[in-house]
Amino acid sequence: MLTLENVSVNYGAIEALTDISLQVNQGEVVTLIGANGAGKTTTLRTITGLLEPRKGRVTYEGTDISGMATHKLLPMGISMSPEGRGVFANLTVRENLDMGAYIRKDKKNIADDMERGFTLFPRLKEREKQKAGTLSGGEQQMLAMARAMMSRPRLLLLDEPSLGLAPLLVHTIFEAIDNIRAEGTTILLVEQNANAALHHSDRAYVLETGRIVMKGDSRQLAADPRVKEAYLGE
Amino acid sequence: MDTFVQQLINGLTIGSIYALIALGYTMVYGILRLINFAHGDVFMVGAYTGYMLAIHLGFESSPSIIGFAVVLFGSMIISAVIGMLIERFAYRPVRKYSRMTTLITAIGMSLFLEYTFVVIFSGTPRAFPQLLPNDNYTLFGNATINTSQLLIFVVSILLMLGLQYIIFKTKVGKAMRAVSFNLNSAKLMGVNTDFVIAFTFGLGSALAAAGGVLVAQYNPKIEPLMGLLIGLKAFVAAVLGGIGNIPGAVLGGLLIGAAETLVVGYGQYIGIPSTYRDAVAFAILILVLLIRPAGLLGSNVQEKV
Repeated sequence: MLTLENVSVNYGAIEALTDISLQVNQGEVVTLIGANGAGKTTTLRTITGLLEPRKGRVTYEGTDISGMATHKLLPMGISMSPEGRGVFANLTVRENLDMGAYIRKDKKNIADDMERGFTLFPRLKEREKQKAGTLSGGEQQMLAMARAMMSRPRLLLLDEPSLGLAPLLVHTIFEAIDNIRAEGTTILLVEQNANAALHHSDRAYVLETGRIVMKGDSRQLAADPRVKEAYLGE
Repeated sequence: MDTFVQQLINGLTIGSIYALIALGYTMVYGILRLINFAHGDVFMVGAYTGYMLAIHLGFESSPSIIGFAVVLFGSMIISAVIGMLIERFAYRPVRKYSRMTTLITAIGMSLFLEYTFVVIFSGTPRAFPQLLPNDNYTLFGNATINTSQLLIFVVSILLMLGLQYIIFKTKVGKAMRAVSFNLNSAKLMGVNTDFVIAFTFGLGSALAAAGGVLVAQYNPKIEPLMGLLIGLKAFVAAVLGGIGNIPGAVLGGLLIGAAETLVVGYGQYIGIPSTYRDAVAFAILILVLLIRPAGLLGSNVQEKV
């Protein structure tokens, strides 16, 4: 479904990603784990066209999308919940969800999908009319994910959804990831919380200073001594 | 009392013009964090466009409301296109560089517009034709308001209501708000941000052009540098209201206009000669920056991340 082939990305003279190749297949949850500054967010920004690869190719369902204008990806079925959530602070929860459906014209279904979002995160229903800026970090994360789902994506990109959240909320977020997957959406999950990410995904890639150093079945990686030592704190 | 009312009418008249121009500054700032210093010159372009329309369509000889409307809307549309061209060819190519780069580009654009018009029309002022018969109406006491002042009020209020409608009730308005809160998030929602930015320039330019035509009706002498001072004052108005804040721009414009005429009318009693009229706005700017840099309606709230 999504393929990165030998992608290198620079920030000015600094190489942020070196020769990244990865693949996400239909129906999978694939996770990209690694420490701060390993290039996880850079990878997602490159997929969504916010950055342009210096080398290599990003293809989505057979189409080359390297450096394609970001706003053209949503109609193709790619949606992202960005790092730092990126909710529209001055808009209400409902208006944020409306923005998620910006490109859609089928009002009836939009209303249904909004209800589905509220089922996914009942907390958002309670906050429906509140400005997104007044929500807690966890609620903003829920909103960012629910908003990303409003376009009915086929591929959902999640950037550090559990960052800075209390354990209970982390649990809620990962439960939601399981539910979204069960509804048939393919997910590429970028996470620092390697433990949770490996337990809620099929395959994983480990990123270190801009290179992929390990890849494989999530369960096998979780059992790998090197991963255990470096990322699972065991 | 009569003089006070009269001064207030005069002040709010010019204040409405500042408000119309300030809206363009504030909208562009809200979306791009760019102070578009060429914006005051778009006001001048609007006045000249109106002038050319009036001359070439023959409205100068027969004043009528239709003639005025054609000149007003024609100038707004043409100036909107010019504003979008400025954005497309001057600002968009440098958008990815630092803010200093775009600021200098804006100053360059301002000079470019001013002196292009000097080349085309010469620096000699031209007389803007009277498009509507100018009558005086007595309000109460001896305060009077004339047709062009009335036009300024009515047209500015209608335009501001229209702007409010666009921003809060239309899809593109929703996109504008989203872009101003978070450009990249808006892109991820499928918003074509380049289009939204161009649209914002068009909208701001149309308002400034309307200001140009309205001012030219009130004070029918137009020249290529007419946008310089009024543009700066409108910028101060936007800062006073809280740059990026739309109601703030309107409030700031009206306050600066009123402050100016009050200084003309009453400054002499507290030792400020009326010749200080043009300094008032900048004194206010200094005070705002010292006391409340975010402006009257601006918020200092840090974005929650």
